[in-house]
Amino acid sequence: MLKTIAIRIVLGIITLWAVSVLIFAATEVLPGDVASAILGQGATPETLAVFRHELGLDRPAYVRYLEWFFNALHGDLGIAMTNKRVIVEVITPRFMNTLFLAGYAALIAVPTSVVLGIIAAINEGKFIDRFVNILSLMTISVPEFFIAYVLILYLAVQFEIFPSLSTVFPEMGFAEKIYTTALPAFTLTMLVMAHMLRMTRTSVLSIMSQPYIEMAFLKGLTRSQVIVRHALPNAAAPIISVIALNLAYLIVGVVVIEVVFVYPGVGQFMVDGVTKRDLPVVQACGLIFAGAFVGLNTVADVLAIMVNPRLRHPR
Amino acid sequence: MKLFGYKPTSTAWLGLAIITLFILVAVFADVIAPYSESESVGQTWDDPSWDFLLGTDNIGRDMLSRLIFGARMTIGVALVTTVLSFLIGTTAGFLAAVGGTAIDQILSRIVDVMLSIPLLIFALIILSVFGSSIMTLILTLAVLDSTRVFRLARAVATNLVVMEYVEAAKLRGEGLWWIMRREILPNALPPMISEFGLRFCFNFLFVASLSFLGLGIQPPYADWGGMVRDNGKAISFGLPAPLWPALAIAMMTVGVNLVVDWILSINSRPSGASAEM
Repeated sequence: MLKTIAIRIVLGIITLWAVSVLIFAATEVLPGDVASAILGQGATPETLAVFRHELGLDRPAYVRYLEWFFNALHGDLGIAMTNKRVIVEVITPRFMNTLFLAGYAALIAVPTSVVLGIIAAINEGKFIDRFVNILSLMTISVPEFFIAYVLILYLAVQFEIFPSLSTVFPEMGFAEKIYTTALPAFTLTMLVMAHMLRMTRTSVLSIMSQPYIEMAFLKGLTRSQVIVRHALPNAAAPIISVIALNLAYLIVGVVVIEVVFVYPGVGQFMVDGVTKRDLPVVQACGLIFAGAFVGLNTVADVLAIMVNPRLRHPR
Repeated sequence: MKLFGYKPTSTAWLGLAIITLFILVAVFADVIAPYSESESVGQTWDDPSWDFLLGTDNIGRDMLSRLIFGARMTIGVALVTTVLSFLIGTTAGFLAAVGGTAIDQILSRIVDVMLSIPLLIFALIILSVFGSSIMTLILTLAVLDSTRVFRLARAVATNLVVMEYVEAAKLRGEGLWWIMRREILPNALPPMISEFGLRFCFNFLFVASLSFLGLGIQPPYADWGGMVRDNGKAISFGLPAPLWPALAIAMMTVGVNLVVDWILSINSRPSGASAEM
């Protein structure tokens, strides 16, 4: 088992490295020169050359990649083009904010969706099952900003329960932070809950057709007892990996939500960077998001291996 | 009434009605819209009235007219993107399945790496280099989305390549292209059609999100995501202005999803992949 897990982690690291190459290639090697993109049409060849030299663009691509990669490994993500600030210093508190928001949403979403999924499975075909089903289908198919604005309209403007803008400061207390970020956290929760809920329901239900479940029924157990004691432990593996996958999605879904609620996280920073075409910032944010994504996917696989004995031996 | 020999369910009819309505609106926007796309005709965020059925937007343009013209841009871009993504993805996927191990390995590994970066992040990175003109937007999204199509096309085609009729075609001396087009494609169509609906929904939401972030379709064109962005501030005055375009987006995706559900229930073959976010 340890060997399988080790292989999976090494694969994750290789993926991460490949991703860094891809991010670098997408921004710097593709046709379409950064210098001329920033300076625009009016740039003379001389200013272009000077600017390229300033950015270090006159050196070969692989040299720049190696420099960027090793600096990133040492925690140096470069300097922002537009305001010359050190990116790591700007991005670290923002990354903490993003993690806070994602963690907050995950803490509500994971237990709620697993419990609701199990309830839906216990009451399969009944009213509550259908209600939960329709609700989750709806949250899957509407855009994230629709949910966000509906929540703002009712919870922030009409009833004034929560603030509509989630500007947080480092000095803020924990309780105050929880209160200010309630709306973005709810929105994120609704975004990721649907998928987890439906997966929980389907994996519990797919176990229900197994012979040992029939045996448990024949012993005279009630439906809820069978589900909680016999079906759930066997359905745990798919549920856990879906949860980890959705947490990876949470990290990305955060981008739009942060912009809606003007929340100072990495997502908003990245969107700003893209608007200003500040490449070092975009690269850094891209690396962080992709890293979190790959990391959570690896964790999902490792957890699945640990929970499901059938996956422990490589084929 | 039957459609292609199958009887649509009532929810499927609802979905079909929504899609048809939106497409008609998009095609005949010039005829239907009471005002033009970019003309200021009222005050900022006027209330709905007989003159302006849904009120006006942040610079006094008629909301309903903007919605009608926006349908053209938003649905059009998503549709072109999806068609292009299927052209690339299906060709590459079939090629990987038919063309032998080397091609398969190269294409699959490239796609694996691309899939390990979240789509939105990848798109943002590329748009930051090229800027968001409509052409780059469509091309970027199509190439990124085609990785998902590739996965399904390859999975479906791998199951078909081992069939006797493909073997027979190979022995007859038919070329790669002929086999892909005449033997694989017709048999791979059923799962690909429902996947087309799902991918369209995904691209549609994706274009809307990018426009909402200010990085998708650019003004002066009206598009639903951008309209949500422009009117976002109205919400803090308790005005529903940004909800209209957001509602239009939601209705379109729900409509397509209803039809896809029906198609899936007809050919309940496992599609091999569901819509990933």
